[in-house]
Amino acid sequence: MLFGIEWDTANNWVFAVSILPILLKGLVITIQATVVGFFVAAVLGLILAALKASRLRIISWPARFVTEFLRDTPLLVQVFFLYYVLPEYGIVLPAFLTGALALGVQYSAYMSEVYRAGIESVPLGQTEAARALDLSPLRQFSVIIIPQAIPRIIPAMGNYLVSIMKDVPVLSVVSILEMLNVAKIIGDRTFNYLIPLSMVGGLYLVLTLVASAIVRLVDRRLPKQGIPLR
Amino acid sequence: MEWLSYSTPLLQGAWVTVQLTIYSTILGAVAAFAFGIGKVSGNWLVKGVSICFIEIFRGTSLLVQLFWLYFALPVLGQQLGIDLRLPPVVAGTLALGLNIGAYGAEVVRGAIQAVPPAQYEAAKALDFTPRQTLWRIALPQAIPEMMPSFGNLAIQNLKDTALVSLISLGDMAFRAEQIRNFTQDSVGVYTLLLFMYFGMALVLTGIMKLLERSIGRWRAGRA
Amino acid sequence: MNDTDQQAGQPVSPADAATPNPSSPAPQADASPVCKSDLLEPGEPIIKFEKVVKRFGDVTVLDELDFEVRKGEKVTIIGPSGSGKSTVLRILMTLETINEGVIWVAGRPLWHEERNGSLAPASEEHLRDMRKEMGMVFQQFNLFPHMTVRRNITEAPVQVLGLSKEKAAERADKYLDLVGLTDHADKFPSQLSGGQQQRVAIARALAMQPNIMLFDEPTSALDPELVGEVLNVIQRLAGEHDLTMLLVTHEMQFAKQISDRVCFFDKGKIVEEGPPEQVMIEPREERTREFLKAFINPA
Repeated sequence: MLFGIEWDTANNWVFAVSILPILLKGLVITIQATVVGFFVAAVLGLILAALKASRLRIISWPARFVTEFLRDTPLLVQVFFLYYVLPEYGIVLPAFLTGALALGVQYSAYMSEVYRAGIESVPLGQTEAARALDLSPLRQFSVIIIPQAIPRIIPAMGNYLVSIMKDVPVLSVVSILEMLNVAKIIGDRTFNYLIPLSMVGGLYLVLTLVASAIVRLVDRRLPKQGIPLR
Repeated sequence: MEWLSYSTPLLQGAWVTVQLTIYSTILGAVAAFAFGIGKVSGNWLVKGVSICFIEIFRGTSLLVQLFWLYFALPVLGQQLGIDLRLPPVVAGTLALGLNIGAYGAEVVRGAIQAVPPAQYEAAKALDFTPRQTLWRIALPQAIPEMMPSFGNLAIQNLKDTALVSLISLGDMAFRAEQIRNFTQDSVGVYTLLLFMYFGMALVLTGIMKLLERSIGRWRAGRA
Repeated sequence: MNDTDQQAGQPVSPADAATPNPSSPAPQADASPVCKSDLLEPGEPIIKFEKVVKRFGDVTVLDELDFEVRKGEKVTIIGPSGSGKSTVLRILMTLETINEGVIWVAGRPLWHEERNGSLAPASEEHLRDMRKEMGMVFQQFNLFPHMTVRRNITEAPVQVLGLSKEKAAERADKYLDLVGLTDHADKFPSQLSGGQQQRVAIARALAMQPNIMLFDEPTSALDPELVGEVLNVIQRLAGEHDLTMLLVTHEMQFAKQISDRVCFFDKGKIVEEGPPEQVMIEPREERTREFLKAFINPA
């Protein structure tokens, strides 16, 4: 029994049907972790990108080092690090938040690169024209550059959203009850790993296909030149 | 923080990590070319198998694949009456290699399709067979295009090896967890571990850049 | 050049096709707009298009084209873009299929095979066999960038014709000498100028020793100062070798110099054809005159 739901090991098919609702509860947690991780990554990534773009080397260089460091070290180790190290400094978070935070931190490094690439892909002529029209730097950035950068950023961010979802099972090491962890626990208790793990694989395939389709849909709906401003 | 006493087990683990990275990268490269070329093949059976492989291994989580090979496959074997228990090293290498191979296959496919059609026409005019065209004309031109992406995938593979610690394979991450259990010194061990991975990644990046440069030698020099 | 009245040549039946008969008659001028190069002796032309139709989607690029080339003849095809001139070459090189009609090369069908006495669509082996008759030089050279000049030239003879490496190297040296690039054998294409690359491309095609050489706008992609070196090579080929050559070009002056016959294509049909003096200096057809006006001062 898990999440208050019993399973039935009569035969493979009955077993599969009976654990499906349990796995779906795990799926909900997977999706929650994905969403939280994505938002943390998006926000932290923006901050990181801004730091990296600074003209002061004393700010940009450490930022670049941090980005490289995050990209070159495993998520698993980062999760353990936050899980064990944060409490030593007095920060005690529920496991879910620690895991989602670790996800967000790891992907913020990738996101910062996406922001940078998206902004750099807006033609230089746009900035020059904006400056010639005497727009303030803030307006240049927010009204001219960002709306045009967004259609180029969205597909990459969408792909990372799917990647984040595929990395959520790593959080099982801190006992977060996402889909894979749930399946493993069922397997531990029934010794039949085949059905739960295969079902999780299938559910992941469906999730990935749906998420990718949504990303493609959003990408298609978004006008290529930028967010329209009337 | 007794770094020195950590170093021996960590270095033992590091050696396992290195070996695992090498084996899975080789398997991944083979899978990448096999299924990447397969996906552009005219033979619908080969193409179908390639597409299935790529979608399955890219569409599901690596940890799911690893656990499936290590925990679920033996159960399948039981039901079929054959012994399909994989030692952690085999399960780890398989999962890592096939996973990175699926991503690599897309890189291979993209690079092959990026070879200018005019090259295929020139090859046809000289009466090369499709196989000769693929191996002698298209692939040599496609491979330098693949190298940057392969570099990223190699780093990703290195990071992914940490997951095998979860099936009790004695790599760097596993050893670190053992030490932490013993000494309760989380900050020290994990900081050291992070820097060890970082160092390995830098070395790997350097190797890939060297490879990139030596493979694309003919691209240098303009008239 | 004789001006003898001849009747239209009869379509060649499959039975005759088995024995190609190279002949070397003088080229004929013809009053009618359809190209009917007639032969003094019975024998097949080395290339024969019979009512060939080629469509790209809704557009008909070749419209029931009848076209013949004799062995050893140097034919230049001129015409506006979209008239189908490059398509003729590409079809011969088996880079494009045809929708209707039959093409004969050296007495054998190109896009068809003879099976049980009738014509069936060609199999890949048949096409591979037929390709050996032709060599092609492309507008964009299309050298293999990852191979040295020498390797570009020897690769096909070794891999396709089965020559030994030594024999292929001998051949490569011979043709490199012909195109005047012996010193560049170990360079990569990226280290050569456009004109040099095109000359290598010519050597590469020649190394397969085809009976028919196809040149698809060989100088159109070159800077003006590099055009001459390539044209010189083509001219040398035309003079020294008994090679059938089909050339698509806008270099009118050059076409006049080397051609036995010039064909003016427009909208998928041959509008006018004949010796260069006739077609290019005193064209009979209005459309030919219109086209050539853009190339005033061909003197």
